[in-house]
Amino acid sequence: MFHVKHFDVVVIGGGHAGAEAAAAAVRMGARTALISMRKDRIGVMSCNPAIGGLGKGHLVREVDALDGIMGLAADAAGIQFRLLNRRKGPAVQGPRTQADRKLYRQAIQVLLARTAGLEIIEGEVVDLIDGPNGSVSGVALLDGTQVTAAAVVLTAGTFLNGIIHVGDQHRSGGREGDVASERLAHKLAGLGLKRGRLKTGTPPRLDGKTIVWEGLDVQPADDEPVMLSFLNKAPQVRQVSCGITHTNERTHDIVRANLGRSAMYGGHIEGVGPRYCPSIEDKVVRFADKTGHQIFLEPEGLDDDTVYPNGISTSLPADVQYEYVRSIKGLENVTILQPGYAIEYDFFDPSALRPTLESTLTGLYFAGQINGTTGYEEAAAQGLVAGANAAAAALGLAPVLFSRTDSYIGVMLDDLISRGVTEPYRMFTSRAEYRLHLRADNADQRMTGLGLAAGLVGEARAKIYTDKMAKIGAANAVLSTQTYSPQELQAAGIGVSRDGAARSLLQVLAFADTHWSQIDQLEPQMLGFDTDTKAQVWRDALYAQYLHREKADADTLRRNEMMRIPVELDFANLPGLSNELAAKLQRRRPSNLSEAERIEGMTPAALLLVLAHCRKANLARAVGQ
Amino acid sequence: MGDTIFALASARGKAGVAVMRLSGPQAHWALAHFCAAPTARQASLRRLVWQGHVLDEALVLVFDAGASFTGEACVELHLHGSLGVIKAVAQALAEMGLRPAEAGEFTRRALENGRLDLAQVEGLADLIDAETEAQRRQALRVLSGAVGKRAEFWRKDLIRAGALVEATIDFADEDVPVDVTPEVLGLIDGLLVDLRREIAGAGVAERVREGFEVAILGAPNSGKSTLLNALAGREAAITSEIAGTTRDVIEVRMDLGGLAVTLLDTAGLRETADPVEQIGVARAVSRARTADLRVFLLDHSDEALLIAPEVGDIVVLGKADLRPGADAISGQTGQGLDKLVAGITAVLAGKAASAGVMTRERHRIAMVRAVEAMESARYQVKGIGGAAELVALDLRRAARALDMLVGRVDTEDLLDEIFASFCIGK
Repeated sequence: MFHVKHFDVVVIGGGHAGAEAAAAAVRMGARTALISMRKDRIGVMSCNPAIGGLGKGHLVREVDALDGIMGLAADAAGIQFRLLNRRKGPAVQGPRTQADRKLYRQAIQVLLARTAGLEIIEGEVVDLIDGPNGSVSGVALLDGTQVTAAAVVLTAGTFLNGIIHVGDQHRSGGREGDVASERLAHKLAGLGLKRGRLKTGTPPRLDGKTIVWEGLDVQPADDEPVMLSFLNKAPQVRQVSCGITHTNERTHDIVRANLGRSAMYGGHIEGVGPRYCPSIEDKVVRFADKTGHQIFLEPEGLDDDTVYPNGISTSLPADVQYEYVRSIKGLENVTILQPGYAIEYDFFDPSALRPTLESTLTGLYFAGQINGTTGYEEAAAQGLVAGANAAAAALGLAPVLFSRTDSYIGVMLDDLISRGVTEPYRMFTSRAEYRLHLRADNADQRMTGLGLAAGLVGEARAKIYTDKMAKIGAANAVLSTQTYSPQELQAAGIGVSRDGAARSLLQVLAFADTHWSQIDQLEPQMLGFDTDTKAQVWRDALYAQYLHREKADADTLRRNEMMRIPVELDFANLPGLSNELAAKLQRRRPSNLSEAERIEGMTPAALLLVLAHCRKANLARAVGQ
Repeated sequence: MGDTIFALASARGKAGVAVMRLSGPQAHWALAHFCAAPTARQASLRRLVWQGHVLDEALVLVFDAGASFTGEACVELHLHGSLGVIKAVAQALAEMGLRPAEAGEFTRRALENGRLDLAQVEGLADLIDAETEAQRRQALRVLSGAVGKRAEFWRKDLIRAGALVEATIDFADEDVPVDVTPEVLGLIDGLLVDLRREIAGAGVAERVREGFEVAILGAPNSGKSTLLNALAGREAAITSEIAGTTRDVIEVRMDLGGLAVTLLDTAGLRETADPVEQIGVARAVSRARTADLRVFLLDHSDEALLIAPEVGDIVVLGKADLRPGADAISGQTGQGLDKLVAGITAVLAGKAASAGVMTRERHRIAMVRAVEAMESARYQVKGIGGAAELVALDLRRAARALDMLVGRVDTEDLLDEIFASFCIGK
């Protein structure tokens, strides 16, 4: 039987990128299909059972501010909410929660099922349908069904040429328990897109019933939980604690003695792994003088005894895993439910992507691990970008674009495109130059307006956002209308130097030891505002005086963006550059100096060379005209 | 790149030898029109023949691309220093399609080809301009890349400090050393000491480059102009018996013990009703205050002038020719001048010894900005738990300021340092 179905956008894959892409495309108004090999595995968390964190929490908030689904699902499944860096400034606080795997999956599936205009198709994509001029105009399924669409979003995760390693054993596979999409991989291999190979590791999964919890440190949830979504105020299910234990010298001796049997150290793996998520083998080798490494024992669900021991991912054989795990305090008699494994997979060089995540093939968009990133949050954010832009292209709307100066999403897209990837890419707050401005707490203030303009934000959220902004605007107005002398402020108990300078209450708010009670006393109108509004006004005020410093950087960035690199500039023949850097520049073809600056390995001196040649080439052109 | 340029690398005019330099892809090709090319970097005597005529017999040096001053293929023709020869060779090169170089073009190509960094280019310019021994030594230090090395050294410490702070932010939940404050403070303090010293030295380095100013001060008719002329060895200032002959500040550049010095002859210091002389006295006082050293030429030892000597200034009695036997100097007879010159040189050499490698105002501004940012970071570090993001901001600003010395910090460098130092990953 030969079916043909037609959509505006078709999304391949039901992981975090795929789910978010499909939901975004529908919000934009596109008739959308999501194709997954198994419907029941849509929204599966295949690695650690947590959402959010530093940089990652920022991404979730931005996705949420654009009316995405990740934050909502995380809140529904959150069993241990923690605001990381709670004692540091708001700019570097990241909301995070342990998530019940089953509840998370269910929440995503329910959210997608409720999405009117989305059809979920169970099937294996085996081919892309060629459109005119090298474009892509749909996909073919294993059963012969043809699904045509103006735009296709591919979120194949680690399924492309995935190989799973446990010690010297290896087999083809995507995630544990899933088959790798070999036929699709074969098709993609023929498209001439540049590929690389990465690896990632997982720890053994433990049976919580066999862990001796007594005597282990406990990490409880926050007393005042902070949600991932702007729409939620409180956890929806019971909160639990994580356990903390440590490796010891015996653990390390066991690992050391068996390094030769590790897939990674035995030379079975060619892919590059992330430095920030080292395997236990890596930790023992690279930090040989450390006598213990912390392990978080994270429950995978409320009615699931599986425990995810975060910090000991491995590709050692199963028997060695047993041996070293049982050398750890609390785990002496533990049962391993599933051994840890390393997985190698293909990714496509993201430096060839457009800022919309469209590939070099018109109509084909890539999002998630296929672009060399790691992490659910990074995947979801890309899914949103690809889904929204696929829909925009299909419907003839303006593309939805992000910049380093407005969002972590913009930082990630720019990093991927201008630097490419040499290890799995994870978000950190230190990647954002404008960190004081790009905060998790103000993601809605930064993004929701953009989402509204693009058509990504629905009515319900639009109303909540508009109300919130009105309250913040009113509070700011009250706080900035009147200024007070140092004497008046001191009379209210506010510590301020007698420098004669009159200050507004908004300025006073930024002082470390100012309390709302003091402000309320001077300005009783503030008593009429709720604590959430006040807290947000405070966070904004806190950094106001530093933003001009960041602005100076933003100006430099914009200046460098304006220095165009002539398309004819031949980096390969640009003497003075190392061959490696010249090759990178030639491949990436940065279009301006700012992009060139962010290419990995770029040095101040090399940038000066590029700048000198741009100036000369631009000058020559100006003279020639 | 593209075209090949040529220019005389030695000074114009008659000389024993004149060096014609060729740089660019066609440099070797052009030489082949004159003679058989010698092995690279081996000086060889060749007869230069153009269209059947011998132009000159020259020492020829060939440099390959990547191993020359400009980074391009280069040729040096050491010609006889005759205007006719130079003209003939230049004409032949122009006929082959080579282009006369613009001012500074060889150096610019060296910069563009990564053979020199920005500061080294400045050093080269200074070396070429160097007139004294101290200037030569200083310029050579800069040309050899001392600024770049110093900047790289500081940048490493800043990246380390930044990485420590960033680690406490981005890996708050993981196995990061609990308190990085002592190491961060140590790095910042070390950098501040270094930078402050270098800033102080930058002023001196600039004096070495531009020349120290030494002001000669005294009452009218105390013999200042006579002394200046004696030191300069020429009649730079008008001298007469009439008190108040010198109205303006007269400058004479000279080399004292290897240091470039500008001697300032000034109007005699006295209260006067003459409006023109008043202006001269005011100028004398103002230039004397900003000078690096003041020489007070007195008529008698307890004389008080409009401005008083500072520590380190030199005070001498003048007109030794009129008071035999006294320990005084005379511009007229030259008595005591050797001792005075030795005294001035000793004071200035003492100052020059503290000269840093940062020789320009541009360098000083970059360092001052870095110091401001680090002082702000230091203030914030005290409350590192609450203000790590502000410390990080300041450290980034400091690193960027220092990058200005040679060209620009990247977050990836911070991450490299973090990953190299800590076991990240729970």
